[in-house]
Amino acid sequence: MAISVPQRPWPVETLARVPYWVYQDPENYQRELRRIFEGDTWNFVCLEMDIPNAGDFRTNTVGALPVIVVRDTDGRINAFENRCSHRGALISFDDGGNVKQRFQCIYHAWSYNLRGDLTSIAFEKGSQGRGGMPPSFCKEEVSPRKLRTTTLCGLVFASLGDPPPIEDYLGEQILGRVKRVLRKPIRVLGRTVQVLPNNWKLYAENVKDTYHASLLHAFLGTFRLSRFTQAGGVLVSPDGAHHASTTIDRPEDRTSTAYRDQGIRTEQDGYRLEDPSVFDGVAEFGDDIKLQILTIFPSFVLQQIQNSLAVRQIVPKGLDSMELSWTYVGFEDDTPEMHRRRLKQSNLVGPAGFVSMEDGCVGGFVQRGTATAPDVLSVVNMGGEGAETQDTRATEASVRGFWKAYRRHMGY
Amino acid sequence: MGGIDLSDGVHGRLAQLNAEYARAIDDDRLEEWPDFFAEPCLYTITSVDNYRQGLPLGVVYADSKAMLRDRVTALRRANIYERQAYRHVVGLPAILGESDGALRAETPFLVVRIMHDGRMDLFATGRYIDVLVEEAGALRFRERVVVCDSKRVDTLLAIPL
Repeated sequence: MAISVPQRPWPVETLARVPYWVYQDPENYQRELRRIFEGDTWNFVCLEMDIPNAGDFRTNTVGALPVIVVRDTDGRINAFENRCSHRGALISFDDGGNVKQRFQCIYHAWSYNLRGDLTSIAFEKGSQGRGGMPPSFCKEEVSPRKLRTTTLCGLVFASLGDPPPIEDYLGEQILGRVKRVLRKPIRVLGRTVQVLPNNWKLYAENVKDTYHASLLHAFLGTFRLSRFTQAGGVLVSPDGAHHASTTIDRPEDRTSTAYRDQGIRTEQDGYRLEDPSVFDGVAEFGDDIKLQILTIFPSFVLQQIQNSLAVRQIVPKGLDSMELSWTYVGFEDDTPEMHRRRLKQSNLVGPAGFVSMEDGCVGGFVQRGTATAPDVLSVVNMGGEGAETQDTRATEASVRGFWKAYRRHMGY
Repeated sequence: MGGIDLSDGVHGRLAQLNAEYARAIDDDRLEEWPDFFAEPCLYTITSVDNYRQGLPLGVVYADSKAMLRDRVTALRRANIYERQAYRHVVGLPAILGESDGALRAETPFLVVRIMHDGRMDLFATGRYIDVLVEEAGALRFRERVVVCDSKRVDTLLAIPL
């Protein structure tokens, strides 16, 4: 891929320091789109259940690259660039739908089959012997770029590059954590899109940041949903790219006074819910993991907070804006009680979530706070300088893992 | 519980209820907000996309007045967000019908969000899809489904719509 040498060198070797220009530099942003999102990474594009039948399709973006994901007649899933070969218009401007045999660009009616091959050109031979395309024109040479696709537990990922098979990409341990949650057919309960006023990486870091959870999110700490005094830890893939953090619920951890002793805001005596049904969680995965947050580099999040399950996609929208696309899910065989439990527990997450609300604004606080400090370095030192798995959440190991993977893809 | 007499100025009573509801939120009297609801109740915020597809989950789901009160308590004591206020502009209610002593109505709304630094944005538009009942001589929401026209939420949604 012809990408010029970065204008700015990475200032330090350690993973424990990150320059703020990385959230501000336009050239760096363009480089991210090419080298990360359009590079050797797997990017979540839709659920398998979104496109069950031949001709069913969804549109999405891989970074900023518009793509069409479509179920072929042989059951395979294809993905290709949503850009007409002719003048570059979107081939489909819908969120999704069904096409019988082909996609047709509305601008000049050029058509594509379900594999994304340009198959017909309106008036290719002209009209009444005049006009038309030159005989030498080769449709195959101008077809939209095609992406590889793969599926995992009902999730569909696509890549314009050449990443290893998804199982190898994730590694055995992270793969096991995905399969732990998505262990049977899912159904969608609802969707929302949250527009965040920050660079996409600030959210990617936030969701990997196990250190902030019980400190920023008073609700988590106050109601013992996740506290450092509870067992758990953070699993980081060997290449740093992916992570899974866990909180384990054990009754003996509930009496610690560590937060109160440090005067931390999230410890509040006397704050109780009138209707505690929002915490009416049951162990449904055969273990005592109460909370698991998992990321797949660069832009996918799988969430299990008690029985609230969701997938989230990070979509960059320029240097200082991004969208977080939420899909709340349950399982096809949920009992009415479990269904209701998931609806109630959804209050914990999303743009109005008791737990996750603050994540909507905190990235913007960093974006604004660092506005004129491009060459200053942030401190990412909790738990040392490495990016290895740790049996505590009082660490920033998985954030450093993000930067380890980021720097590798970016050539820093 | 008796039926609601559609001829008995109910349109005006509903408009008054909507106006009082909006004032309570916009004047930051959130503690009064749950009392506009009957017990039991359903309050959800969702998008028109979810609503049309019959997907039950939006961004808020409460099925008791206690859950509404808990949301207010969380906003006051636990959640962190920049100081902000809403200005609701609530349209005229359309009465859709009456059955089993409950009134069905739909009312459009528009909410401007005003941040502490003076920034104003059109934060949400949509419609309230309501089921109302008489409780102790007053109209109360048995259900208020807030159907936003857009699936996008800017930054976060703290104060109820």
